[in-house]
Amino acid sequence: MTEVLVLIDAPDGKVTKPSLELLTIARRIGEPSAVVFGAADTGVLGEYGAEKIYQLDDAVYADYLVAPKAEALAQLVADKSPAAVLVPSSAEGKEIAARVALKSQSGLITDAVDVTVDGGTITTTQSVFAGNFTVDAQVTQGAPVIAVKPNSAAPEQVAGAGTVEAVSVAISDAAKTAKITSSSPKAASGRPELTEAAIVVSGGRGTGGDFSEVEAFADSLGAAVGASRAAVDSGWYPHTFQVGQTGKVVSPQLYVANGISGAIQHRAGMQTSKTIVAVNKDEEAPIFELVDFGVVGDLKTVLPQATEEVNKRKG
Amino acid sequence: MTKIVVAVKYVPDATANRTFSADNTVDREGVDGLLSELDEYAVEQALQVVENGEGEVVVLTVGPADAADAVRKALQMGADSGIHVEDDSIHGSDAFATSAVLAKAIEKVGDYDLVFFGMASTDAGMGVVPTLVAERLGLPAVTYANQVTVDGDTVKIVRDGDTATQEIEASGKLVVSVTDQTGEARYPSFKGIMAAKKKDVVEWSLADLGIDAGEVGLDNAWSKVESFTPRPPRTAGEIVTDEGDGGVKLVEFLASKKFV
Repeated sequence: MTEVLVLIDAPDGKVTKPSLELLTIARRIGEPSAVVFGAADTGVLGEYGAEKIYQLDDAVYADYLVAPKAEALAQLVADKSPAAVLVPSSAEGKEIAARVALKSQSGLITDAVDVTVDGGTITTTQSVFAGNFTVDAQVTQGAPVIAVKPNSAAPEQVAGAGTVEAVSVAISDAAKTAKITSSSPKAASGRPELTEAAIVVSGGRGTGGDFSEVEAFADSLGAAVGASRAAVDSGWYPHTFQVGQTGKVVSPQLYVANGISGAIQHRAGMQTSKTIVAVNKDEEAPIFELVDFGVVGDLKTVLPQATEEVNKRKG
Repeated sequence: MTKIVVAVKYVPDATANRTFSADNTVDREGVDGLLSELDEYAVEQALQVVENGEGEVVVLTVGPADAADAVRKALQMGADSGIHVEDDSIHGSDAFATSAVLAKAIEKVGDYDLVFFGMASTDAGMGVVPTLVAERLGLPAVTYANQVTVDGDTVKIVRDGDTATQEIEASGKLVVSVTDQTGEARYPSFKGIMAAKKKDVVEWSLADLGIDAGEVGLDNAWSKVESFTPRPPRTAGEIVTDEGDGGVKLVEFLASKKFV
């Protein structure tokens, strides 16, 4: 079987769930080989099917933006001739993918939500135009480089050999140009990561700037918290949590929109969610066109009652 | 004296019913187009850099005849001159071919210092063209900037990532991409609209850039759209009005779907 290179995202050494999803998807194509930059807990990669683990531990990858990682990954592509290269569809992942694809003269697909294989042909599925269309596409040149969005597969535990191989690549000076001069980690919210969460509870203009009811309801469901652009632009919630075209695009099992009218900019970020629920005072709000269940009412009274009810049922 | 090339894209209006053409490319005929909203932030940041020192802003687009509108809008905002690369063989180009055309056009400009981009287009939305242009030109790229500071020949940006806030810097000729968090883009003033009528827009073809038609276009793309499917309309859900029990009813629905 042929190798499939899988770029692993492991901030602070901890492998993310979307990285494990990539290993599961890679097994549809061939034998997954994980590519890890920096020190990371590699044990989990073998548990999720990685046969080989290429570890590239050099300060250059943390000191400079994107280019060194792209150079190293492109070198691995040249050495291993993989059937495909899978990367997480994050800002950094997509940039690495683009540079690797150009260096390897291979076609690129970003933001894939599914990857299928039929008789050796790899087909990707993307959600485009604010989620109004799905597109099936194929790479027609080189080994496909595919950036895959979180929640595109359920990670499956399958024992792989997980053989760690240290790899050292000489990085050109040209790649050492965009220097990361400081990096301040953000305080963890203790909630699931927005794009990975099974449930997202979000708030908009209707919160009036106070997200406490939204956060309490999210916590009762073990959900991530999101915010509309209106709420972020008003300075009520950090941009990292913005759901929408210029923020995060989420596709959870359940999305609860509170005090959010449902402008196109927001819909672009959430309308592929499996189940959508909304609470809004305005019965004419466009968000109600999307919902499976909606409550016309004030989130300030509806959400506390719902939180209490969830907690009661959890007993 | 800082000369900034701002690359912009003419896109179908994101609030209209965007769809595909028979050849599976984005339909650019049936829907009104405009300067991509995300590129307005790049124009704004470039104008601010020049206003804080001295220099000029050249706006560059690659696209069909109508794409001249995107250039015009940027000129109305305050850019000094425009370049419109137009050629029938470009239709259907993928990100790689687009980046090749942009890179050749930027090389032809020659005496530039910085190249600015929006973070992504609002149609295809891959967000990879800035980094591909940098790769082709062999320039540093500082991307997804939430804040941009130009100090002499050094550019510093702040990037707000998921797990960390980073400060990144690079010097010399380089590529910058900016997010919508860099600050609101100005509206063209009446004076700006009038002034734009007198500004130069040069038109370049592929031949002017020394690019062979066989390197671009749909037939030479490295990937192919096999099919597109409209998302099935969501079936109308149940809407209840809160009469003191809205929260309970909400949770009853969630419980019926096994979320609680």
